[in-house]
Amino acid sequence: MKYWRKPLDFDELTIPHGIVHIIVDRCKGCGFCVEYCPKGVLEMSEEFNAKGYHPPKVVKEGECVNCNLCEMICPEFAIFSADASDNGSGTHSK
Amino acid sequence: MSKVAEQIPTEEMEHPVAPYLRMDRIPHIWCPTCGIGTVVRCYADALEHSKIDLDKVAIVSGIGCTGRVAGYMRLDAFHTTHGRAIPFATGLKLGRPELLVTVFSGDGDLVGIGGNHFIHAARRNLDILVILVNNFIYGMTGGQNAPTTPTTARTSTMPFGNFERPFNLPHLAESCGATYVARWTSLHIRRLTKSFREAISRKGFRFVEVIAPCATLYARLNKLGTGFNLMRFYHDNAVIDHGADTRDLDISFQDRIICGKFVDKERPTYSEMMHEHYRNALGDKFVPLPEEGGMIRDTGEKPDSKGKKPAKSQKRKASASKSSRK
Ligand code: SF4
Ligand code: SF4
Repeated sequence: MKYWRKPLDFDELTIPHGIVHIIVDRCKGCGFCVEYCPKGVLEMSEEFNAKGYHPPKVVKEGECVNCNLCEMICPEFAIFSADASDNGSGTHSK
Repeated sequence: MSKVAEQIPTEEMEHPVAPYLRMDRIPHIWCPTCGIGTVVRCYADALEHSKIDLDKVAIVSGIGCTGRVAGYMRLDAFHTTHGRAIPFATGLKLGRPELLVTVFSGDGDLVGIGGNHFIHAARRNLDILVILVNNFIYGMTGGQNAPTTPTTARTSTMPFGNFERPFNLPHLAESCGATYVARWTSLHIRRLTKSFREAISRKGFRFVEVIAPCATLYARLNKLGTGFNLMRFYHDNAVIDHGADTRDLDISFQDRIICGKFVDKERPTYSEMMHEHYRNALGDKFVPLPEEGGMIRDTGEKPDSKGKKPAKSQKRKASASKSSRK
């Protein structure tokens, strides 16, 4: 990752890791999550869901920083991220 | 290529917003790329972080696309007649002063059909939070011209372009006496959530306008693409200017949108002024409603909002603890 400035406590900082969960059949393929994910973790898939939309898929496994942006911007409540350190049992960063 | 996408098992995990929604009604009816769902998510997040007892929150909506919010949120809700969300909320707040009453509705409903109620609630400084989702058009009824439609924009009743002057809503709210006025777009998720949290913690007539894309009518009739293109447009054209003079906040067709928090002040609310007035006028004879709420004609039993609906609150607690929220 490129930094604008190196934080003084750089060595103590850990970058959070998240797991993205996609509720495929609820998605309406708007593409907001793909467009606004700061880490480019997602991409629209070629496949269809049951409603006939293209849901997103994870293309950079392990790069998610659990920022919840996709979760907040998704108008369909179809995607969310969870902390990877506790096997994704739904804990939120913040 | 045309394969059916597989649902990767999410280990029985439900979306973190689930405790705040009636999940049996999801998926909702809003169009793909409509912004209302995002606003609902931000409001639910603000409720979560305000740590407020959800049994003390009521939500009131009118008719329209945004009017469906009352039906989707797992809160005590009123889905009222067209334009009359604020009158219902007024009654609710006066009868049950302990509740946080949120009016969640659209531009056509709140300032078109119900415009009169809006200005008088602001004038009286009624203690309610008004969230107005502004998509510049009447969506559900077929794309008619709204009082917020920017001049020259096309609607189904103005096929050659709108020649009317639209409302500048933050200015309208401020000049009528609102104590908290902010405007965001559905792209500003973090700032919008923060604004909701702030507004929840304030008193008086609080007004948050959220500009949201309407793909099916506004964008289609004006050949602007979909809501996705409108989100990009907000990204490029939204200007954040906290404390800007509300007189300058007009929105022209496809022009810059000034966002921010414009008003945050204190003023005695309607109930406070009423109580003070009657206490002065009637002295000991004046019996106000208890602060913690209750019925005017008490039946002798202690009003107990928890015991009233055990099924619902237990369900919520169970699902909230399942997803072990921090
Ligand atoms: S949580 Fe943030 S980083 Fe992770 S996928 Fe969502 S938007 Fe991208
Ligand atoms: S934001 Fe939600 S509805 Fe839109 S593509 Fe992503 S998962 Fe699907």
